[in-house]
Amino acid sequence: MYEFNFQRPANSDAAIDAQANAEDGQYMAGGQTIIPVLKQRLAMPSDVIDLGAIEDLSGITIADGTVTIGAMTTHTDVATSGDVLGAIPALADLASMIGDPHVRNRGTIGGSIANNDPAADYPAAVLGLGATVHTNQRTIIADEFFTDLFETALDEGELITNVAFPVPDQAAYMKFPNPASRYAIAGVFVSRTGADVRVAVTGAATCVFRAAEMERALAGNFNPDAIEGIGVDGTDFNNDLHASAEYRTHLVSVMAKRAVAKALG
Amino acid sequence: MPTLSMTVNGEQVSGEVEGRTLLVDFLRENLRLTGTHVGCDTSQCGACVVHVDGVSMKSCTMLALHAQGTEVATIEGVANGDTLHPMQEAFRENHGLQCGFCTPGMVMTALALVKDNPDPTDAEVRHGLEGNLCRCTGYQNIVHAILDGAKAMREGAANEGES
Ligand SMILES: Cc1cc2nc3c(=O)[nH]c(=O)nc-3n(C[C@H](O)[C@H](O)[C@H](O)COP(=O)(O)OP(=O)(O)OC[C@H]3O[C@@H](n4cnc5c(N)ncnc54)[C@H](O)[C@@H]3O)c2cc1C
Ligand code: FES
Ligand code: FES
Repeated sequence: MYEFNFQRPANSDAAIDAQANAEDGQYMAGGQTIIPVLKQRLAMPSDVIDLGAIEDLSGITIADGTVTIGAMTTHTDVATSGDVLGAIPALADLASMIGDPHVRNRGTIGGSIANNDPAADYPAAVLGLGATVHTNQRTIIADEFFTDLFETALDEGELITNVAFPVPDQAAYMKFPNPASRYAIAGVFVSRTGADVRVAVTGAATCVFRAAEMERALAGNFNPDAIEGIGVDGTDFNNDLHASAEYRTHLVSVMAKRAVAKALG
Repeated sequence: MPTLSMTVNGEQVSGEVEGRTLLVDFLRENLRLTGTHVGCDTSQCGACVVHVDGVSMKSCTMLALHAQGTEVATIEGVANGDTLHPMQEAFRENHGLQCGFCTPGMVMTALALVKDNPDPTDAEVRHGLEGNLCRCTGYQNIVHAILDGAKAMREGAANEGES
């Protein structure tokens, strides 16, 4: 790691100021992505602005059919929250499948979606539930948040404060994990709220995306049979040592059907 | 350089560190607590697992300054003098180690797992070990050891309750 100046502000305003005043300030949440990146010397921030002491960035609240999760809430806290288990069990289930217990004890929802790893799990839930990302400046709907490989709609220095998830009628997540890292080789999040169905796919392409044809078929008939034979176009899918694009295309169909079956209980 | 203070295995410690100093390096280099191992330094293997305020973490993937003011527990604090902790004893009894390199992380992971779930199933133990790699044993005996260690800890707790 290159040297950096470590700052640990006590509140969000101080963090935003510290970032703005630094030559090249980088936020750190749980460090589960950024520390490995710094070790590889792929980033060289002048200042690391640690968000760990900012109490109001973590925690889970439920009101008016919306579950709001603070950016610094760990995967373990989401996986074991009685509120999340009660309102959106699929979200707790997804969090419990991320990485391993030690990573879940430090990794955060804000860090995961800000990073937008193509194989990360949370982007599938955020897009698959039509969540809203709140920052210090504005609100960003899920459909506009994840823009490209490791790219989001966040501006330089913009701080995620929380993510608001509307409670669906039914939802589930299924992933085919990489056996070593547990990252998704392909993962599918499905949700149904009334006649509105969302299907979000992670791991398969450069960025999480919605499978529109599957959504249409499931809106008419929310059943695994409805998407039998309806695949996704995998022409541009990731093709790497973990899986070929062709295999990922196949996995998306299988995971989608299993997710619908799981959502039906 | 920033000054850091924390409790390690019940003792108050402090030292000067750089912002970039990892917790595992502070433990091994400054405090000479070399029981916590570095197997990969890439967040994969879990040989470096310690408890921070009772929660298991990979000490190679956190900064020493993240542990400011916390209570850290490492493998050195697990035994009671020369008497092994029941979980360590279970690893010995079950041949849950060969070279022993992964063992500190395995034991610390097992203790965190049993704290949350005193009577885990075989499948729950395997799920709990997803962040810990062992190149020797094939995991089978590690799983047996953790199930046995958990049982011994439950019995120990029950006996304490009676006396
Ligand atoms: C061994 C291992 C296995 C893993 N397996 C999985 C897996 O199976 N599935 C999965 O989804 N993930 C997995 N992860 C990643 C994990 O989920 C982390 O949550 C993720 O890496 C983000 O880490 P973090 O929250 O600690 O953020 P950091 O690493 O601290 O930060 C990540 C990025 O987000 C930025 N950032 C953080 N917080 C904010 C904020 N509030 N506002 C704006 N920007 C912010 C930082 O500046 C940085 O660029 C794994 C990680 C490891 C090490
Ligand atoms: S040394 Fe920390 S995970 Fe391998
Ligand atoms: S006993 Fe050798 S690595 Fe596990």
